This record gives sequence, C-alpha cells and structure tokens, in this order.
Amino acid sequence: MQLQYKSQAVAKPYFIAAIGLFVGQILFGLILGLQYVVGDLLFPAIPFNIARMVHTNLLIVWLLFGFMGAAYYLVPEEAETELHSPLLAHLMFWIFLVAGALTIVGYLMVPYASLADMTGNNILATMGREFLEQPLLTKIGIVVVALAFLYNIGMTILKGRKTALSLILLTGLVGLAVLFLFAFYNPANLVKDKYFWWWVVHLWVEGVWELIMAAILGFVLLKITGVDREVIEKWLYVIITMALVTGIIGTGHHYYWIGAPGYWQWWGGIFSAMEPLPFFAMTVFCFNMVNRRRREHPNKAATLWALGTGVMAFLGAGVWGFLHTLAPVNYYTHGTQITAAHGHLAFFGAYVMVVLTIISYAMPMLRGREANPERAQVLEMWAFWLMTVSMVFITLFLTGAGILQVWLQRVIPDPQEFMVVQDQLALFYWLRWIAGAVFSTGLVVYLYSFFAKDKPQTAEVGAAQPAAS
Amino acid sequence: MSAFFTKSMARNIFYGGTLFTLLLFLALTFHTTWRLPERDHRENLTAEVVRGKHLWETRNCIGCHTLLGEGAYFAPELGNVYPRRGAEFIKIWIKYRPREGVPGRRSMPQFDFTDQQLDDIVAFLKWTSEINTEKWPPNIKG
Repeated sequence: MQLQYKSQAVAKPYFIAAIGLFVGQILFGLILGLQYVVGDLLFPAIPFNIARMVHTNLLIVWLLFGFMGAAYYLVPEEAETELHSPLLAHLMFWIFLVAGALTIVGYLMVPYASLADMTGNNILATMGREFLEQPLLTKIGIVVVALAFLYNIGMTILKGRKTALSLILLTGLVGLAVLFLFAFYNPANLVKDKYFWWWVVHLWVEGVWELIMAAILGFVLLKITGVDREVIEKWLYVIITMALVTGIIGTGHHYYWIGAPGYWQWWGGIFSAMEPLPFFAMTVFCFNMVNRRRREHPNKAATLWALGTGVMAFLGAGVWGFLHTLAPVNYYTHGTQITAAHGHLAFFGAYVMVVLTIISYAMPMLRGREANPERAQVLEMWAFWLMTVSMVFITLFLTGAGILQVWLQRVIPDPQEFMVVQDQLALFYWLRWIAGAVFSTGLVVYLYSFFAKDKPQTAEVGAAQPAAS
Repeated sequence: MSAFFTKSMARNIFYGGTLFTLLLFLALTFHTTWRLPERDHRENLTAEVVRGKHLWETRNCIGCHTLLGEGAYFAPELGNVYPRRGAEFIKIWIKYRPREGVPGRRSMPQFDFTDQQLDDIVAFLKWTSEINTEKWPPNIKG
C-alpha cells in the first residue's frame, strides 16, 4: 500500500509529535487534578498556575500539530498534486517543536516574571493572559510557522485541483492565523483587553476551528464511506454556515460581565443558544454518511473515531455549552467548575477526537498499509472507549462540583467563602481524579495499539496452499 | 438533502450568511467601543493601575484566580476583592505568603513585591472593581 502522493509523508512527524505532547498534557492534567485536593502538592516547585499553563498550552500546540499534519496529509490528495515544498514542511516542524519545547522548559525552569523579562515582554507586553501565556518570541515563532505553513498549503492548492473541502480547510487555517494576531494586542484597559482577547480564543474554538474540524471529518468520511463528494461537500457548507452565523455573534456570551454593554446578554444569548446546531448537524452528517456507505473500509477504528467525534462534540460543545450560555443562568455559573466541565468535554469531543480521527485514518497509510492489523484496531477501540467514557465521567463530576459550588457560593441566603466551598467539593475532585486516571490508562492502551501486531494464527498453518500449477 | 438544494446554493448561503453576521458583529463592536468609556471609567487609568496590570500579567495570576469570572477556578475571584477585603488586607495577604506554602492547602507563591508594587496591584484591583459588570458577581463572595 503506497501513499497516493509521497509528500503526504511529511504528516507523519506532525502526528507523532502531536501524540507525544498529548501524553505530556495528560501528565500535567493528573498533577492539576491532585493539586485540587492536595493543595501544596509540588509547591513551590510547580505551582498550580504553572502546571495549568503547561496543560493548556500543550493542548493547543498538539492540536495545532494535528491540524497541520492533517492539512499536509489531505491537501495533496485533494489537490491531486505533490506538496509545494516538503522541505519547508519538515523545517517548520522542527522549528515549531523546538520552540514549543523551549517554551515549556521555560515555564517549568524559570519563574514566570523572569521569563517575561528575558523574552522581551517589556518591549511588547503580551504574556500572562489565559491561553496566551507564551513569551513574545514564541508568539512570533507561531506566526512565522503559520505563515510558512499557509504558504505551503496555499501554493499546493493553487497549482492543483481546488475542492470545496480543501478550500474550507484553508479558510479555517487562514482564519486561525489571522485571529492569532489579536494575541499581540494587549491594551492597558482591562475591558478592551478582555474584549479582543476573545477574538483569539472564542473565534478560534467556536469559529474557524469548526471549519478545520468539518473539513477533516468530511475528508475521513469521504474516504472510508465512499459517499459521493457532492453530498459530503454540500453538508460541509451547511455545517460551516451554521457554525459561523451562530458562532461569530455568539462571542457575545463572553461579554455579559466584563464591562461591555448589557445588550450583549441578548445578542450573545440568542446567537450562542443556536451554537449547538452546527455540532448537531455534524452528528447527523457522520451517521448519515456511514449509513449510506458504498464500501466497507477495513479501518474500523477510524470509523469509530469519526462517529465518536460527531457525538461527543455535540455533547461537549453543544449541550454542555448550552447549559450555561443564557445570561440568567450564566450570571450564577460564570467562572465556576461548570465552565471547567464544559471546557473539558468540548475540547476533547470536538478537537482532540477529530485529530485522533485523522491520525487513526492516516497513520496506517503513512506506515504503508490501508488499515492496522485486527488486534491493533481492537486495542485502539478499547482506548477510544476508555478515554471517551472517562472523559464523560470527568465532565459529570465537575458538573456536580459546579452545581454545588454555585449553590453554596452564590445562591443560598448566607453565601460561603470560595475556599470554604472548595473544601466541601473534595469528594467530586477525587472522583474526577480517578476518572482522569482511567483516561490515562486509555491513553497508554492507545499508545500501545501503535505497536500491536496480530498474534501468529496457528489455525491457518494447516490450511494448505493450492499447489502451483 | 434533496436535489433541489445544490452545493452551489449551500456555498452561496455560507458566503452571504457569514458576511452578514461578520458585519453585524463589527457594527456591534463599533458601538460597544463607543459606549465603553462610561462603563470602564478609563479616566481613572493611572500609571499605578497600568503597572498593576503588568504585575498581574507577569505573575500569571490568571493561572489560579478568576478576574471578572475568567481565568482558572483554583483560587478566589478577584474582580471584587477590593470591596470584599480592602486595600490593607490585600497588601498584607500578598506580603506574608509563606515561601514554602501552607502544608496540605492550596498555596499562593511569595512574589517579593516592594511596597510600590503592592500599591500598584491594589490600584489595579480597585480600578477593576469599579467596572460596570452588570452587577456580576451575584454577591460579595465572588
């Protein structure tokens, strides 16, 4: 089994790096989960804020590795031509990996304030804002890598076949890069800072990333089901229309309590209440395409990941988002464990799972076979269930913690102090940690599945080969 | 989706719908920006407040605390900590954090702030507490 275009092979290191960083993210997740109940764990060596920064930044970086790997894999096939420059793709891989690794080492080895001093934060202050904690140099590095990547992908599409699928992917990726530029805008006025900070964070995950996700899902479904491209691409347009029409003004659900005018409670509420629609459409799309399949693809695991993405993205981003998006509800739930619950299931269900879907589909091809051996697939599907079910439990426990927190801290007539409330949530945090440990087990099974081979089939030894005639 | 709804129709709806909502969003942003001065009281943005925000960022406070509900959920909301605790309490709290933490408890690092830096961070938290947040949080506990 050969790749259709040999330059697709550049996707492989991207996927391997993505999985490696994913492991790091989960390790720090386990530390954070314990720190919630054993408050001084690793203090002062790795305080909570540092561990959290590593956890979230690794997530973002490994998803970006996954998106780039996905683009390098699927664009040549869509454009029916070799990648414009495999060399540039390899070069950018190493730059991004080294920059990312140095940033994480910096977080862990250097006090954050010193890191800021050392890396030019006094020239242009961009650090210390949630998810955008990276030093200025890293942020510039991200822009350079993104530009080179877009150039490479853009040139490939330009010289080859232009499909709706690859154009949707490209639109999403260009949006990702352009919106990241708001990471460099950090006014002294906190309200303006927060307002435009969301143009990176919200317009990424509830905007342009959905385009990338739809394109990746569409590609995998196209390949494994053999359904007509026209049908798939029509679905993609419907999904991304709903995503952007609801998601752009849906940004307003972050503007309720940060100093923006009160009318955002209406704009944000109404539009973000419709944000589950594109995710629901994705669920229907996935099942519809698989039901109408014209071939039986031997990669069962990839099909499972694709269907799982459809369901879990709807639950995590759609349902758990809707739970607290309306202003009268959000007034009580804003900034509590409810938000944490939603964040975990949404990121896992939508973006982690879509990257694992494309890895599941493409990685066997990149290793020279259409699908993995049976036993490897069975293990991968075990990993799917372990990770998915335990993430659901993480979400349920955090939701329980959040409801109790809201009640004790914000609803009852004599509300209690933050830490007094937190101490009463310990049971939920322990249960969440146990679910996290199960998730980690699933991750280990997942890693192992890449190396699993079929056991020698002793039964087949006796089956005589037909004699050569 | 049946045959009368074609891919090019879907594409056109995508372009039209996205462009329309984008323009609407920009118009709302323009109006918000125009209304903000009366809500954020930027006339009170002194050099102290600006330095305080810089301290807030370079000590990565958002990695544990929420500020107007945004950030991490490990430590108390600080958007209203100024009216909740007052300037002196905040300064003493930050100043006397044990370097090795509090055994078994969530611990805040010792930042070794100077008196000037303590004043700056308080000024930032005071300014933040005066933003019109539509009466959020629901009560003083944050």
